[in-house]
Amino acid sequence: MKSELTLLTDPVFLVLLRMIHLLELQSVVLCAGPEAVNVTCEETYPHSSMDWFNQCSRMEKAQSFIVNILPDCFIVGCPYLAVHLSPAIPVFAVLLFVFVMAMLLRTSFSDPGVLPRALPEEANFIEMEIEAANGNVLAGQRPPPRIKNVQINNQIVKLKYCYTCKIFRPPRASHCSICDNCVDRFDHHCPWVGNCVGKRNYRYFYLFTLSLSLLTIYIFAFDIVHVALRSVDSGFVNTIKETPGTVLEVLVCFFTLWSVVGLTGFHTYLISLNQTTNEDIKGSWSGKNRVQNPYSHKNIIENCCEVLCGPTYPSVLDRRGVMLEDSTSPTPSDASAASTHKSSNPVSQTTKSSAPLIPNEHTPDEAKPSIGAGTQKSTSSPKEEKPPSPTSPNAVAPAVIKESAH
Amino acid sequence: MSSAPRTATERTKLPYCHESFHNLQELRHSASLANKVFIQRDYTDGTVCKFQTKFPSELDSRIERTLFEDTVKMLNNYYAEAEKIGGQSYIEGCLACLTVYLVFLCIETRYDKVLKKISRYIQEQNEKVYAPRGLLITDPIERGMRVIEISVYEDRGSSGSSSGSSTTSSSGR
Repeated sequence: MKSELTLLTDPVFLVLLRMIHLLELQSVVLCAGPEAVNVTCEETYPHSSMDWFNQCSRMEKAQSFIVNILPDCFIVGCPYLAVHLSPAIPVFAVLLFVFVMAMLLRTSFSDPGVLPRALPEEANFIEMEIEAANGNVLAGQRPPPRIKNVQINNQIVKLKYCYTCKIFRPPRASHCSICDNCVDRFDHHCPWVGNCVGKRNYRYFYLFTLSLSLLTIYIFAFDIVHVALRSVDSGFVNTIKETPGTVLEVLVCFFTLWSVVGLTGFHTYLISLNQTTNEDIKGSWSGKNRVQNPYSHKNIIENCCEVLCGPTYPSVLDRRGVMLEDSTSPTPSDASAASTHKSSNPVSQTTKSSAPLIPNEHTPDEAKPSIGAGTQKSTSSPKEEKPPSPTSPNAVAPAVIKESAH
Repeated sequence: MSSAPRTATERTKLPYCHESFHNLQELRHSASLANKVFIQRDYTDGTVCKFQTKFPSELDSRIERTLFEDTVKMLNNYYAEAEKIGGQSYIEGCLACLTVYLVFLCIETRYDKVLKKISRYIQEQNEKVYAPRGLLITDPIERGMRVIEISVYEDRGSSGSSSGSSTTSSSGR
C-alpha cells in the first residue's frame, strides 16, 4: 500500500505516464493523417491508405510493448532504487527509453530508400534497349529473362528487371511486396516497425534493437536488484506480496531478452560481414559455387564503419508533390531534403514516347495490370508516334546490357 | 536541325549553335522536345553513385564528346565526394547518434551540401554548354538518382520534318 502511494507522487512515474499518453495520441494522429500523402504519391510511391493505417497499427504493437510493459517493470522499483541506491538509476533508464523511442519512430517514419518507379520515357527507353539486346524473338518462343550482368570487384552480379517499377534494380535492391516498392539495399520488411528496413534507415533500426536490448537488460538487472534488496529487508515471500508486479515483470523481461538480444546479435553479425538479411536468407554469398560478397571490405571494422557511420543518403521521394490528374506531364520526384531542384527542372510539356511498351508474353501476373496502366497512361498523353531509328539502339544497347570493367 | 541532309561542311561546324537557341528561356519558349537520352548508372565500383561516361550515339551531332564526358566525370566526382566514408562522415554520424539525430534539424548533412553544389553545377552547365546546343540536363536526384536525363530539343520552326529527324540524321552519318 505504501509503495503505491509513493508511486503516485513519484515524478519519474508521472513523466513516464505523460509520455505514454503523448505517444498514444501521436500514433492516432499519424494514422489518420497521411491519406494526402498516399494520394499524391500514387505514381511513384503507391501505398494505399489502408496500408499506412496497418503500418501505424503494427508500429503501435512495438510502441505499446515498449511504452507500456517495459517502463511498468521499472516504475514500481523507481522510488525504492532511487532512495536506496542512487537517483541516477531511473534517470539513465529514462534517457535510454527516450533513445529507444526516438530510434523506433525514426526507423518507422523515415524513407527506407525507396526507388521511385520509372517515368514513361525512361521505361520506354529501357524497353527499347531490352528489345534491341534480345534481337528477334520468334513467335511462340519465350523471350529471354530480363537480366543485366555487371562486374563489381571482379564478381559477376546479376541485375534483375522489376516489372512493377519498370527499372533494372540496382545491386542489393529488392522489391518489397508489402510496400509495393523497390527499396535500395533492402534488408527486410519489419512488421513491428511497420516499415521496410533499407539503406537509409538500417542504422536507426540497428540502434533501435541495440538500445532496446540494453534497456531490457538494464531493467531486468535492476528489477532483480530491487527484489533482492527488498528481500534482504523483509524476506522474499513478503517482497512478492508487496510487489507482485516486479516479479512478474522480471519473467517478462527474461523472455523478451532472448528475442531482442538475439536479433541484435544477428544484425551485428550481418553488419560485420556487410550483408543484408535478404542476402543471408537467399544465401547469395554463401556456398562454394556462389559468388563471394563483392561489397565486403574483408575487415570487420571497415564494414561496421561503412554501414553505421556512412553518409546520410537523401530521400528521392517527393512526399509532398501533387500528382496531376492529366497524364501529360508526370511530376518528377524531388529530394524532400534538398530544396535546390527548381532551377534545373525541365519545363513540363507534351512528352513524346518513341515506342509503345512492348508487352512481354511471359510477364508475371502482377506486372500485367501495371503494364496495362502504363500503356494507358502513355496513350492518353498527346504525342506523335515515331518509331525510333533502328540503328541507334543497336549501337547503344549491346554495350550497355553487358557491362564489364574496362 | 534542318530537314535537308547535312553536308560535310555543316557537320564539321560543331558545336551546334547556329540555330536560335541562345539561353534556357529561349529554349523553353521556342523549342519542342524531340527525344530524351538516359545515361545509366555505372555499377562497376559497387553501389556508389556513378554514371557511365560512354557517349550516347543520339548526341553525336549535338555536342562534343569531351564536353559531355567532362560533365559526367565532374558529376561522378561530386557524388564520390558526397559518399566518401572518412573522418568527416564518422564525426557526423557519431554526433548525430549522440544527439538522437536532432542535430540534423540545425545543420545540413554533407550529402545535402554536395547535392546543392551539384544542382548549381548542372544549372551552370545547362546555361553555358547545353542550352546553346538545344539540350537540357535533368538533375539525377529528380529521377531517383538512377539516370541522367538529357532532353533533346528541336526548334519549333523546323519541326515540320518531325521529331524523328534528330535520330535518323544522327545515325545516318
